[in-house]
Amino acid sequence: MTTETVQVPVRTPQQRQAATIEALLTNLRDYGLILALIAIMIFFQFATNGVLFKPVNLTNVILQNSYIIIMALGMLLVIIAGHIDLSVGSVAGFIGALAAMLMVGWNLDDTQWAFLSNPLVAAFICVVVGGFIGAAQGYWIAYHRIPSFIVTLAGMLVFRGLTLTILGGKSIGPFPPEFQGLSAGYITDYLATWLGMAPYKLPLALGGTPLHLTTFVVGLIAVVAFVLVTIRTRRNREARGYESEPFPIFAIKSAIIAALVLFFVYTMSSYKGLPNVLIVMSILIALFVFITKRTTIGRRVYAMGGNEKAAKLSGIKTDRLTFLIFINMGILSALAGLIFAARLGTATPKAGTGFELDVIAAVFIGGASAMGGVGQVAGSVIGAFIIGVMNNGMSIMGISIDWQQVIKGLVLLAAVVFDVYNKNKG
Amino acid sequence: MSSTILEMRDITKTFPGVKALQNVNLSIDQGEIHAIVGENGAGKSTLMKVLSGVYPYGSYTGEIRYNGVECKFNGIHDSERMGIVIIHQELALVPLLSIMENIFLGNENARYGVIDWSDSERRARELLKKVGLNEDPRTLITHIGTGKQQLVEIAKALSKEVKLLILDEPTASLSEKDSAALLDLLLEFKQQGISCILISHKLNEISRVADRITILRDGQTIETLNKDQISEDRIITSMVGRPLDDRFPPREPKIGDVVLEVKNWSAYHPLHADRQVSKSIDITVRKGEVVGIAGLMGSGRTEFAMSLFGRSYGRRITGDVTLNGRKIDVSTVARAIDHGIAYVTEDRKAYGLNLIDHIKHNITLANLGGVSRLGVIDDLRELDTANEFRKKTNIRSSSVYQKTGNLSGGNQQKVVLSKWLFANPEVLILDEPTRGIDVGAKYEIYSIIARLAAEGKAIIVISSEMAELLGITDRIYVMNEGRIVGEMQSSEASQEKIMRAIVRAEAKAS
Repeated sequence: MTTETVQVPVRTPQQRQAATIEALLTNLRDYGLILALIAIMIFFQFATNGVLFKPVNLTNVILQNSYIIIMALGMLLVIIAGHIDLSVGSVAGFIGALAAMLMVGWNLDDTQWAFLSNPLVAAFICVVVGGFIGAAQGYWIAYHRIPSFIVTLAGMLVFRGLTLTILGGKSIGPFPPEFQGLSAGYITDYLATWLGMAPYKLPLALGGTPLHLTTFVVGLIAVVAFVLVTIRTRRNREARGYESEPFPIFAIKSAIIAALVLFFVYTMSSYKGLPNVLIVMSILIALFVFITKRTTIGRRVYAMGGNEKAAKLSGIKTDRLTFLIFINMGILSALAGLIFAARLGTATPKAGTGFELDVIAAVFIGGASAMGGVGQVAGSVIGAFIIGVMNNGMSIMGISIDWQQVIKGLVLLAAVVFDVYNKNKG
Repeated sequence: MSSTILEMRDITKTFPGVKALQNVNLSIDQGEIHAIVGENGAGKSTLMKVLSGVYPYGSYTGEIRYNGVECKFNGIHDSERMGIVIIHQELALVPLLSIMENIFLGNENARYGVIDWSDSERRARELLKKVGLNEDPRTLITHIGTGKQQLVEIAKALSKEVKLLILDEPTASLSEKDSAALLDLLLEFKQQGISCILISHKLNEISRVADRITILRDGQTIETLNKDQISEDRIITSMVGRPLDDRFPPREPKIGDVVLEVKNWSAYHPLHADRQVSKSIDITVRKGEVVGIAGLMGSGRTEFAMSLFGRSYGRRITGDVTLNGRKIDVSTVARAIDHGIAYVTEDRKAYGLNLIDHIKHNITLANLGGVSRLGVIDDLRELDTANEFRKKTNIRSSSVYQKTGNLSGGNQQKVVLSKWLFANPEVLILDEPTRGIDVGAKYEIYSIIARLAAEGKAIIVISSEMAELLGITDRIYVMNEGRIVGEMQSSEASQEKIMRAIVRAEAKAS
């Protein structure tokens, strides 16, 4: 193949301005969701008299939503593929119960199976079991074409029932502290210790508040890496002769994202630092962004959701792909179940009840289409945060659970109506 | 002499870029069976859709007079109220409802929305008796065969007090016995003064029942013949006798060794286990050769091609496929693609494209390995590829980021072609590659085909347009009812010859 140099068209200032405005409008539409999240946060910041943005509360919002976000990552793939999974809440509850029985309930410590009660081993077993649960459901959906709605509705009942059964109807706990650390723990401030400055406090001139140095530096590195990577991608495109978005838009966008992350990191650092869960969650989010945007598997999932017959005739093994998607969902549900159990400290029969609704709502608020083929990781994460911030804000305001549900339901409807309207227009 | 009940005058109907009907005239007498014949795409179905109001008044020009009154139908309801009922080739019955529920569907025997089932059943029995169907009206449609379903459709038409019955290829999927029964029924209706328009390819049937026959070609009425003028030769000449101009790019075939050989290929219908859709088919394709498969709609060409391409259609598929002298396994689509076989579907919207995604992602879908390493897609390589094919196949779009759902038919077809060209196949099966696209885009597609043949690819073209097959292929197989019934060099072939092969096979079968 010969490489041709493509001329980047030279533009007049007027044209450049028009392009900038056009790009701004497209971006506004694309980033509508993040703006909505910011607006909701600002609203609750006032409505709760400034409690929302307090470091301790913001950290809490993340801890409270981590398991929803983790399940939303799997649910996004399920929904893009044109399916649904109603069983995730029950599966998460069941896995929490299984973990409790392995570590505490069955008193394995005094038997030859003692090694199974080791938190690490038990957690590993739980994740594997989650994968098998996903496989069991995915098998019927993928290879026998039973509608996912029905298979997972059955799963929802089965695993809720099994949760009650193995717990004997009561709460089992407490979990060993090492395991609780998964949710309740924070990374140690290695950096400050190494520098001999622990516990570190900002200089008095800057307010003198305590600062988790490691968290702050890790955040800073992340932001710098983000900026460098986006600039490199942009350069690469231009070097190959492709147009990229106008520079002002690019700069503003990157600056806003960087500023948001920095603000967030700073807030975290001024409390106890990075929660362990946040690290797990960030790695998973990054992994799924990569899978959906850059890998052939991700592309195939979108193609299958967009037109299954065409995907099949293009050589995509749609059955196997569906099967894998449900295994992935099972594994993530298990992980979420562990995190939730670790956060509560005990496994309760009610754990996970209604999670599936928050997870599905997050994905749809995040712009996924119920018809399949459309959806973004970023959208789902933001969708989960919108729900999370609303839950948190409304609780602080003292709005009753009943009304919270009404409001959440209406927000879900409004978000999807807005999305559909927007798509029909554009 | 009976009176004229329907007059269609100067009917012209255009779709974007295509003149589907041009000054078509048709007149039907009371109690007459009037046959309409023509090639696929000649405009028969369009004409009937105009008549029944599917295309409402104002979307065409010309005049429809029914019983002397000008009609301005706005939908199928308007024409049905006048007693004009159309029965489509694909039956419009709900399989899981009973015979009587289907007969009165949309026209229920109800008062204040409450259905009187006992009266419905009584009337259904009467209607079934009239059409000679001896079945309980409460039987589900799915439990009776196609022939009987056809009769249910006719009973349904009778329930609407039909005066003019339109049948679109009613015997296409019927057995000989069922067809004969149906034709007898039409003759009986004729005695009762019901007129009938019969669209059919089966000339023996037409000569048996029709009083007159109107021949359509390229959206124009060629002639209307009386019963005593009807002959096979006359009809075939009128059907296909179009002058060939240079609608096809010139080509110098350079034909090499046999690339693909299919032997004794047979397959059965996915639902009706005893219906064989491919009957021991043998074909060969050589390097640089363009081979056509001719046949009427429903002759089993698509079913054959799809069963060959990774068993995408049918069950109990048997037969051997040899590529360059080596036997190959084509039991899944992925394997077929790996062996260098590509199939470009006849239905690009349902089977070819992800309409909600853009051009770039569609082009690379069948060969993601070509733009990725270890499962990770190289975005810029993909973009280069998409742009290269956009230029090569001349896809007209704002960029490769345009959604394929927003492209015109011709450009969509070029995207599907690009997808398969990027998969770099040795054998390319093109199913109706120019269906529903305008003349200009057709020429471009023909040029691409010619170029691919010159590059040494082996190409199979399935087409219902005989002129197209004669124009672009080197050799033609004729297929009928799942069987190869003729093979000829394109240079010696003619539309008459192809038609004759089909009609002969039809006559032998019936």
